[in-house]
Parts: sequence; C-alpha cells; structure tokens
Amino acid sequence: MSTSIPDRPRTLAEKLWDDHLVVKGEGGEPDLIYIDLHLVHEVTSPQAFDGLRAEGRPVRRLDLTIATEDHNTPTLDIDKPIADLTSRTQIETLRRNAAEFGVRLHSLGDKEQGIVHVVGPQLGLTMPGITVVCGDSHTSTHGAFGSMAFGIGTSEVEHVLATQTLPLKPFKTMAITVEGELKPGVSAKDIVLAIIAKIGANGGQGYVLEFRGSAIRALSMEGRMTICNMSIEAGARAGMVAPDETTFAYVKGRPHAPTGQDWDDAVAYWRTLPSDEGAVYDAEVFLDANELEPFVTWGTNPGQGVSLSDVVPDPASFDDPNERAAAERALEYMDLAAGTPLKDVAVDAVFMGSCTNSRIEDLRQFASIIQGRTKAEGVRVMVVPGSARVRLEAEAEGLDKIITDFGAEWRFAGCSMCLGMNPDQLAPGERCASTSNRNFEGRQGKGGRTHLVSPLVAASTAVLGRLASPSDLPALSQEPTKAEVR
Amino acid sequence: MDAFTSHTGVAAPLKRSAVDTDQIIPAVYLKRVTKTGFDDALFANWRQDPSFVLNQPAYAGASILVAGPDFGTGSSREHAVWALRDYGFSVVLSPKFADIFRGNAGKQGLVTGVIGEPEIERIWAALEADPGTEMTVDLVSRTARVGEFETGFEIDDYTRWRLLEGLDDIGLTLRNEDKIAQFEARREAWRPRTLPVP
Repeated sequence: MSTSIPDRPRTLAEKLWDDHLVVKGEGGEPDLIYIDLHLVHEVTSPQAFDGLRAEGRPVRRLDLTIATEDHNTPTLDIDKPIADLTSRTQIETLRRNAAEFGVRLHSLGDKEQGIVHVVGPQLGLTMPGITVVCGDSHTSTHGAFGSMAFGIGTSEVEHVLATQTLPLKPFKTMAITVEGELKPGVSAKDIVLAIIAKIGANGGQGYVLEFRGSAIRALSMEGRMTICNMSIEAGARAGMVAPDETTFAYVKGRPHAPTGQDWDDAVAYWRTLPSDEGAVYDAEVFLDANELEPFVTWGTNPGQGVSLSDVVPDPASFDDPNERAAAERALEYMDLAAGTPLKDVAVDAVFMGSCTNSRIEDLRQFASIIQGRTKAEGVRVMVVPGSARVRLEAEAEGLDKIITDFGAEWRFAGCSMCLGMNPDQLAPGERCASTSNRNFEGRQGKGGRTHLVSPLVAASTAVLGRLASPSDLPALSQEPTKAEVR
Repeated sequence: MDAFTSHTGVAAPLKRSAVDTDQIIPAVYLKRVTKTGFDDALFANWRQDPSFVLNQPAYAGASILVAGPDFGTGSSREHAVWALRDYGFSVVLSPKFADIFRGNAGKQGLVTGVIGEPEIERIWAALEADPGTEMTVDLVSRTARVGEFETGFEIDDYTRWRLLEGLDDIGLTLRNEDKIAQFEARREAWRPRTLPVP
C-alpha cells in the first residue's frame, strides 16, 4: 500500500510500518500510522470519550472499533449488580459511552464478552498484516498473528477514536530465535518466561520483538499468543510472529475473517510479510528449546525466573548490585529462602486464567493433567475462561465437569485474579501459582505472592499442593482420556 | 482546544518549590471516569488549610499561577493538568517545570512559561503588595507583565505555535485529514471490520 517501499531486505515489523504510513514525519517529527483495529475496555476509555465530547468530535471509524468489559467484571453472580462502586461506575460509563457514540460493545452476560485480547482473535478481527491498539499493555498478544499490536495510554485512545491514527516514532527490532523441540510438559509459557529471564524485565525496552525459529513455528496460535502477550514483561512495546499456514488456518472461517476473493487477496498479501532473507535486526537473541524445562518465577518481576527443578537463587550470586538488591527484596516479599528447591514450595491457591493463558487450548492442557485426579487439600483452585465463548466451548467439551470434579471453581470470563480489580484476589501472605503475566508485589491482592507458571505446571501444582510439573505426578492407572489425547 | 494569544487575569503567588503532581492532585481523585470536573481536586490537601493562598478572597478566580521551581514533578498523571485547567488556570509561571508535566500541559492548552527566579520573586512581591492584582501574559511576545514590571518568559517554539493555533494532538493530526482519507480510500477490502455484527 505504501508508495515508497525501500529497496532493501525488510523485517516483518518494517513492512507493517511502511504499509501503515499515512504521513512520514519530517525533521524529528513522528510518523503518522494508520490503525486497523481499536479494542476498547472500561478502564482506560472513560476520559477518552469525555475528551471527544468536550471537543464535539465523533468516533472516526466505528467499524474499526470494538469494546468489551473485562477488567472489573465479576466472575460469579454476573446477573447481579456489581458490588464495588468504582468497578460499577467504570462499566456503566463504558455502556453509556458506547451507546452515545455508537461503539459496538459486548457487555457482561453477552456471548462475545471476555478479555479484550481473547475476544479479538476469537472473532477473527485479529489477523496478519494489520495494526492493533488498545489501552492495555498486553495488546502485544495480537502480534502472534503477524500484526503490529501495542498498548497505548488514555490520551492515545482518544486520539485513535478521533483520527484512527497515531503519531509514532519507529521502534527498534529484536529477533528472538528459538530452535529445537520442546520436551513433553514444556510449553509456550516456559519459552517466554525463559526469554524474559534471559534478557531481563527491561531487556526489550524500545524494541519490537520478533519470535522466530523452529520451536515458534511448531506452536499453535494459542501458544504464540502466550509468548507475544508477555513481550511487554520484557519491556518491549510489541512482540510478533510471522504469519504462516497455522495462522491462516486459525483465522479462516471466523466470524470476521475475510471470505471469497478477499480471503485470497489477504492470504496472498500475508505471504509477503515474513522478514526478508538478509533483513537486519537491531539486536538478536537465541534460545535452545531442546534444553528448556518447565519454568517458574521466584521473585516479584517476570524476569526473576528459573527452571522448576532449580532452587531459589542466592541474591549474592548476582553480580549486578541492583539485581542483587532486587533479589533480596523479592525473597523477603515472597518469604522464600535462597537454596530452597522450588518444588518444595507449597501454595495456597492456583489461578488458571488471564489474557496470557485462558484460551480453549490452555484449558484443555490444564484439564488433561487434572482429569481423574483430585485437588490437593486446602488449595483454592480457580479456573477463569478468557471469554464467554471459551467458557461455552469448554462446557461443550465437558472440561467444566473435569474442573469441578477435580474440586476447582469454574468461573465466568474476565481478567479476574490476574490483577484483582474485581473481587478475585489473594489474601495477604497467600501464595499462588498463576498462569497470568505479572508477579509484581500486590498484583493479585495486597500482600499476595505470585509464581508465574504454565497451565501444565499450574495443574500439576493444584494436584500436589506444591510447585510441580506433569512429570512429578504419579501415573494414573486408567487409560489416557479424551482431553489428554487432544 | 482554544487558541491562546494573550491572557489577563488575577495571579496567585504559590511560594513553594517542587510542587509535585501528588500535591496538585492526590491519587484518590484518579479513580474518576471523567476528564473534566477536577476543580475540587486541585491542591485538595493544601486547600484544607484556610491560610492557603487560593483560600484567600483576594485570589478568588485566579487564572495565573506563579510558582517556585520544579513545578509538576512526580507521576505522569495527565490529571494534574486537568485539575489546574478545571480550576480556572490558563497559565503557570515557574523557574523550572518537570518535563512530563510540561509536555502534558502543552497538549491540553495550559501555558507554562519559564521565568528566572529573581524575576519570579519580583512578581511575587508585586502580587503580595496588592493581592488580587491582575497580570497579563502575552504568548505572541512571550512576555509577562504585572503593574510596571514586565519580563520575558521561555516556551519552546513548537509548543507556542500549537498554543497560538489552538491545536491539541488530535487537532494537529486532523490537519492531515486529507491524507488520512486518501489512505483510507486505498485500504484493502480484506482488512477487518467490526461492523456490521455477523
């Protein structure tokens, strides 16, 4: 679409940038970039709509805008009024704004309601070759399709509502190549936790990360979304995976996917998107998938992670004084002693959900481990599907039965205990194995302690009551089940 | 955003340095869902003190704030600018502003003029000698005047131009409306549409 495509090998990110350039910035001014899809939720949109109202501006492209309720929504008693006043106000405000401006909204109780980063892909709105923004840092999720997707602030939300564009300065590019084959019990979450531990929680700052290599190619779209979702936890603005047959197969046939000639045109274009041979990245990182073990965080930032078979590291082992101090503080907050095997760490709760790991495949993985087993006594296990649609799908497959038989709670869709804006929170001092994305102090509730893990590790932990991987579980006597075969 | 050329109004001396954004608007006010109506939140804690400058009748309706150095430090909250603007301030003068605050201010139509410390003190003296006296801040000539005393102030050319033209970020982008429309006309049919709902 761009009129002046540079005559040199380009990366996926550069191609997307060039194809969305409305105005090239001159003399240090930012470029003006077109936004194909704007996702809206209740927390970061109220002031943006208010700003439009104050200036008498309409939403420029209602047909490129979609809203859902997720951060504040309860996951129990969803037919009752929301108890928390702030939560209720934010949701009611979104409903009023959507009605006034004509924005499509999927409200609590609607079949398409759910976490904004689950809803977009599920509707077939997220697709390769597009730009996606949302007032939420985990918008990077959508990069899994080979799109340019990133989080924005409230003023930028207003800007996109009014103009469907954003003034932006180009990002640097970082190639993260993951080669090899994952061992059984190791999944996408372990790859991304290992990457963040390797480059650090700020290692991606200023970059768009492109995940590539045979281990990435072998992943499902759900797995790729998990990885791109957590790009922000490495400090990156966006993460992406080049589109391929896996991507096309996932998008095809979804409610908003192109059809007929449009589909053929789209696929023809999407095939041109992968980075060219010889394209130059500003930085490169390599990871061996063959050696990867199930991963877990021990600290209070997502970069503080190790293999589950490891021990809690000794802060003295860090050369960097800042990292050492951060580790000391983290161990104090987490109430962990250096040298403790992570598999000896008992948990009070397991949270299976969030925009990182709440899609149907994540739930299937979780169910495959718990089926036929019983939950560890005294451990609270909460399973929160990413969307109302995922919940229905899971119920159609009987996963809800496996989950409730196991002794876990089967909830309604939303962000839930990932950030505890709704009543789903940890109590002070409670320790949780969580499939979410942030282990910050107090993230899941004041004083709560979070260990980030994969759905497989979360499920194994729920069985044993301490951090565990599938290989730690005693074998089941019965035949492999439907969920395991999937 | 309204264009700003020159403004005359009551000036209030805020004789404090490092006025941070938590003082300008305490965090408890950040839960609101509006971008306006923050006038009660401005300096909410300080305003509980009857002797605080803005509680003095002479400064009622003040629209120019003359503050000490390092105004607007702390968090990046845009609410700090909204609160000043909603209260009725059009101009803040200070020997030094925090970068993020100043950037936010320029985007929301609040003029932030940098004036040297000796000049700020002369202005304070003039205002306190005659509480409720008016000042004139002229963006075209980049000057501030109180009584017989006039001094220049600094504001960068780009921000000044935007304020003179009354262009917020969106207004700036919409100057390229024709280019956006041309781009939209070229967009391929396969690109996603949220409407109609299938």
